[in-house]
Amino acid sequence: MADSMVVTILQQKGIEGIQEIFHEHELCNVIVQPDEIRRVMQFLKGDPDLKFNMLIDIVAIDYSAYPHGKQARFGIVYHLKSLAHNMRLAVRAFLDEARPQIDSIHDLYNNADWLERECWDQMGIRFLGHPNLKRLLNHKDFIGHPLRKDYPIDRRQWLEEPDDLMDEMERKLLEKGIRLAVRNERE
Amino acid sequence: MTPEKNIISPRQDSRGLDYSREIDSKDLVFVNIGPSHPAMHGTLRILAALSGETIVAAVAEMGYLHRGFEKECEMHPYQQCIPYTDRLNYVSAIMNNIGFARAVEKLCGITIPERARIIRVITAELNRIIDHLVCIGANLVDIGALTNFWYSFNVREKVYDILEKLCGARLTSNYIRIGGVARDLYDGFEKEVRSVCRDIVQAVSDIERLTENNRIFLDRTQNVGVISAEEAISSGWTGPTLRACGVAHDLRKAEPYYEYETYDFDVIVGTKGDTFDRIFVRMYEIKESIKIIDQALKRLAPGPVMTDDKRIALPPKIHVYGSIEGLMNHFKLIIHGITPPKGEVYDCTEASNGELGFHIVSDGTQYPYRVKCKSPSLMNYAAFARLVEGGMIADAIATLGSINIIAGELDR
Repeated sequence: MADSMVVTILQQKGIEGIQEIFHEHELCNVIVQPDEIRRVMQFLKGDPDLKFNMLIDIVAIDYSAYPHGKQARFGIVYHLKSLAHNMRLAVRAFLDEARPQIDSIHDLYNNADWLERECWDQMGIRFLGHPNLKRLLNHKDFIGHPLRKDYPIDRRQWLEEPDDLMDEMERKLLEKGIRLAVRNERE
Repeated sequence: MTPEKNIISPRQDSRGLDYSREIDSKDLVFVNIGPSHPAMHGTLRILAALSGETIVAAVAEMGYLHRGFEKECEMHPYQQCIPYTDRLNYVSAIMNNIGFARAVEKLCGITIPERARIIRVITAELNRIIDHLVCIGANLVDIGALTNFWYSFNVREKVYDILEKLCGARLTSNYIRIGGVARDLYDGFEKEVRSVCRDIVQAVSDIERLTENNRIFLDRTQNVGVISAEEAISSGWTGPTLRACGVAHDLRKAEPYYEYETYDFDVIVGTKGDTFDRIFVRMYEIKESIKIIDQALKRLAPGPVMTDDKRIALPPKIHVYGSIEGLMNHFKLIIHGITPPKGEVYDCTEASNGELGFHIVSDGTQYPYRVKCKSPSLMNYAAFARLVEGGMIADAIATLGSINIIAGELDR
């Protein structure tokens, strides 16, 4: 099985920052220290025996109502896939309630940009170094993070100001070397 | 949400000025395309900075159809989450049912009967066909080829007739149950499916003949919305859009489930990763799906369509009315529901748009503690803004149709 192969390779390599390796429901899981996430991800992506070149998803979980709790309130799971070796891996980190933040990996995988925005929006996890940590699914003026266990499902918010998206547009144009003059004059 | 401190605002940054470019920002026109524009298929919005008719920069926005699927699942027993999954990719609802049911079955550690597996394969492939037909038809009508729309939607309706007979609904079928399927196939199902498959082959070859050598179609789609294989992989693309870039990755082959490895079918790949490839990968995938359906129909043997595991399946009515154990079993399941053991599971299937995954956290109660849906459309749409930059508005519309964003799945 490819899954048990991942465990063997990871154990052989002995990557710094990995605290625990375990198997659950046919999926290899590793727990890493939150500070080491970038280094571990870079290694997993670049190592020729692993080549985890695809980020499948980022899942944030609020464990505050979980029976007997977990190590910390928030858990974050990065699902990785290696197309070359046909392997999967879930990289987990636990984040404290006081500091729900982790380094961004938007420069390692293109889709991490939006996935991290979704985690911020839904669960309130900050991604340090993310260039544009805006809400993705909810409205920009939304208050709170709906997938946290303390957000009641029936709390509604009336939001009517549409997002003109010009903040993102300004940044995009600047990357292309065009400076928005019109907006400056207005303000 | 205020931007991060380390980002220099364009107002403070003067580096933008020394860049010599023909386009002056005064020449740019900002146009909102969507969210309620007919060509934006539902509720998608991009803000485009236009220079003439060329999109210089684009910003995509989503969330107009966000209805909190994941939060809603946390409030419902497992079995009742299935109707919500119908509304993810409503063009191929049964595939979403299967994705969710499979993840829960994996969590409970149960296997479903062979007949149920084969029925799931047949209905999933029928759904893949109609999803691809919708994508091709809508994409072609967006670029002005109206006739193809009738050809594809005509047979799609015939497939819906079968699904309606089978589940009672056209789009939101709610047919799959955890542990099997809701009810057995009706008499004459096999014959009707075979006949509709012939119609589909005919329709697809009609569309193929109308497009393949059509100068206008080729000019509108070839080298439009090109994405390289590396970029597609880094953007997390899966399914037909990734295969159009030449990456032969199909979960039915790479991580087979429901005995897909024993079916004889090919993985269709493109070469360039442009709109043309994406349309034709789908076109040929329909034919492969028909091959699978044909083989699956031959394998159909009588048998149960629901597991006999008492933790999952309701007992037959004769036991409910005839024995105390059956009655208790029935009430226990109705009141307490399915209670998978504590743990976390991630399971994925090859849906029509790519890898559809469900990450489920169970705390041992009848409600899922956390459900995360990995939707293939999200990855496709995340790369969309970059894909259309440098092209014209009309190209953006052609590209959007070919990556087949389903808003229900995108916004969840």
